[in-house]
Amino acid sequence: MREVAVIGVGMSEWGELWRKPMRDIFVEAALAAIDDAGVDKIDSMYVGCMTSGLFVGQEHLASMMSDYLGRSGIPATRVESACASGGLAFRLGMIEVGSGVSDVVLVGGVEKMNDVGGDGATYALATAADQEYEVYHGVTFPGLYAMVANEHMARFGTTRQQLAHVAVKNHKHGSMNPRAQYPYEVTVDGVLKSVLVADPLRILDCSPITDGAAAAVICPLEMAKKISKKPLVKVTGSGHSTDSIALHDRHDLSEFAAAKRAAETAYKMAGVGPADIDFAEVHDCFTIAEICVIEALGFVKRGEGGKAAESGLTALGGKIPVNTSGGLKSKGHPVGATGVAQIVELTEQLRGESGKRQVKGARRGLAQNMGGTGGSSVVHILEVA
Amino acid sequence: MFPARYWREMPQRYRLEAGKCKRCGKVCFPPRLVCPKCGNRTFDTVRLADEGVLKTYTVIRVAPSQFTGQSPYAVGIVELDGGVLITTQVVDILLDEIKLGQRVRVEFRRVQEDGSAGIICYGYKCVPAA
Repeated sequence: MREVAVIGVGMSEWGELWRKPMRDIFVEAALAAIDDAGVDKIDSMYVGCMTSGLFVGQEHLASMMSDYLGRSGIPATRVESACASGGLAFRLGMIEVGSGVSDVVLVGGVEKMNDVGGDGATYALATAADQEYEVYHGVTFPGLYAMVANEHMARFGTTRQQLAHVAVKNHKHGSMNPRAQYPYEVTVDGVLKSVLVADPLRILDCSPITDGAAAAVICPLEMAKKISKKPLVKVTGSGHSTDSIALHDRHDLSEFAAAKRAAETAYKMAGVGPADIDFAEVHDCFTIAEICVIEALGFVKRGEGGKAAESGLTALGGKIPVNTSGGLKSKGHPVGATGVAQIVELTEQLRGESGKRQVKGARRGLAQNMGGTGGSSVVHILEVA
Repeated sequence: MFPARYWREMPQRYRLEAGKCKRCGKVCFPPRLVCPKCGNRTFDTVRLADEGVLKTYTVIRVAPSQFTGQSPYAVGIVELDGGVLITTQVVDILLDEIKLGQRVRVEFRRVQEDGSAGIICYGYKCVPAA
């Protein structure tokens, strides 16, 4: 397979974008990535999106987005794997370039979530769980992660305060990210006093509802060396794995086995291990998710994820900074866009463009994107070329 | 909810019907066409045990619209005797008296209402075992 480089990245504005239609949000991010790459030709494109049908009543998305991007006629593919749609779109784009089928591929992700209101968003997001055997009984997405949290706390002694420290850390990182939806710092006390959503998770343990898009332009590394004017970033590892989407069908209720398997594949492909990763963007849709994911990725031992944010291990300046962008928690979580936005953060960090939240000497970063309660997971490793 | 979508799950929701693999004995709930353990495609229909242990739970405070009348309510994952795990509400107990590891029993209850004119949906919920 050909080596693949990321030559351009971009994001739209993220937040409650009442004045902007979904198509413009996507095109805004795609144009930013295309301009950043300095290319004028796109061979093919991918659009990660979880459920535009439920959020805005629009399917057949890939053709629409290629048209509004002014590229009607190119092959365009919509990719869905719940909240891992963006990460999976990136993987499929990378495989298309790596295989030699296409040279320059645009990978975007988009979600417009605010139009349906809170109850509509709860319904749409819950379609990532088992409709007949989980959602039927009244469980919500925060509820499923709350059950993961209670299991982790009972089994490993993880504390309510440790969950809060994940939110505090990620909001601190996000306060240095001008593109974050909620670039504000929060305190442990503030998290613990915020309203309960599903015990023990409170509103400040949850990622927000976000409209937004992100995009990346990729091409063969050899071509990038000739055409790119930016510091080169290459994709060295990619892994993807699935699991049951019903949480109750897992043999271990607080281990994200798909994330673990995807990471093992990506590490093997890159020829590295967890200790070789300088920083990571992980899927902190809820505070407990970051705790379980850093265990699955091997950054900490099983059961010790709770201590990581509290001790500063995963903060900027710590041994392995996690979610320097602010994560889903502070930056926002337009579900289909999240996996691509993680690639944006990795690329900018590796180019040294991250300003106040720059990881010093960042040479190798990892992105982990997750669907549902871990029914799918995608892991990528990017390095300075 | 479209009536057929509700109706076709009734054997599971009303009678806890599961599929037991004829080759390896794994019990699947709901029934499947392929055994996830051994790949076999033939099953016997069996009924799940109606008692088990509460493995984890939460209290839903922000509920979907069909459940707002019940909120706050507890939902948990119960490991039924025999090893099958199900997601179900835990009822007939004060929310702060629920304990991980406690014994529960499955009962047939009303689960949700599909608005004022829609169908009433029934199924299993768990209550403390006597």
